[in-house]
Amino acid sequence: MINTRKFSRTLGLGVMVMVAMMYVAHVSNARADDDDDEDSGHRPAIVDAKWASECSACHVAYPARYLPADSWRAIMAGLDKHFGSNASLDPATAKEITAYLEKNASTRRHQSGKPVLRITETRWWRSEHREVAARHWKNPKVKSRADCQACHTTADRGDFSERHVKFPR
Amino acid sequence: MLRAIFSFGLVIGFCSLAVNTAYAETPGDILAALKAEASATPGFQGFSAERGKSFYRNKGKHDLSCSSCHTDNPAAEGKHAETGKLIKPFAPAANPERFTDMKKVKKWFRRNCNDVLDRECTAQEKGDLLTYLLTVTK
Repeated sequence: MINTRKFSRTLGLGVMVMVAMMYVAHVSNARADDDDDEDSGHRPAIVDAKWASECSACHVAYPARYLPADSWRAIMAGLDKHFGSNASLDPATAKEITAYLEKNASTRRHQSGKPVLRITETRWWRSEHREVAARHWKNPKVKSRADCQACHTTADRGDFSERHVKFPR
Repeated sequence: MLRAIFSFGLVIGFCSLAVNTAYAETPGDILAALKAEASATPGFQGFSAERGKSFYRNKGKHDLSCSSCHTDNPAAEGKHAETGKLIKPFAPAANPERFTDMKKVKKWFRRNCNDVLDRECTAQEKGDLLTYLLTVTK
């Protein structure tokens, strides 16, 4: 009565649709979990979901490529005293994020000695920002040097290119 | 028959979509959990929106309060005091995502109470605050 091949094909299709939908649900759920960051535009190719949600809750998710691996290791090991805040994560999350940061870190050699903990203290960052006039830094709309988004209008999308820089008035 | 099986697959798919995107908890569930916790303290007499409002605005040791980042109006968008990071509205009326995930609520109370007060908040304080936030309209 029932054509078995046709039956299993249809069943298979149904299951595939189901799986696809569960995947969509999962992805949209992960997005909803992302505390304060809902951009859907450009993002660097490799992004870790935990890094994206945890590291963008209080500040722009600073890209891994802006610090070398030993800096990231030091930052992740000291999250309980993270620039004046206890930003501790559960061990599994911390481990995953550390691995992601190490893998995508800058390979530039930096000054010997202690690892740099602030991107703004790297030679690279200072050189990139040497032409920024003092008045911009004094603008109350620029909260601090950690406030990339104040001028890099697409920083939340991981895009720090100069064409998207707009100094607030 | 075959069509029925296929439709069944579709229906299951849609259901999983709906269930997965629904919030785990409601602000009411979270308030009830806080109430159960606070009730264990002798002399507990319920939560107060008025107390929650002053708690929200009172500055702690570091000259910080909840309102430093979440602004005086919890229904408005806030900004991180140091990094400028935009913070979505705190009040559930203005942001339905708030207080819908117990794990997240616990995590952020722990973090932010430590930043503002150098200690964890009590269930009484959390309950007062949530009671206040639930009175805020858009």
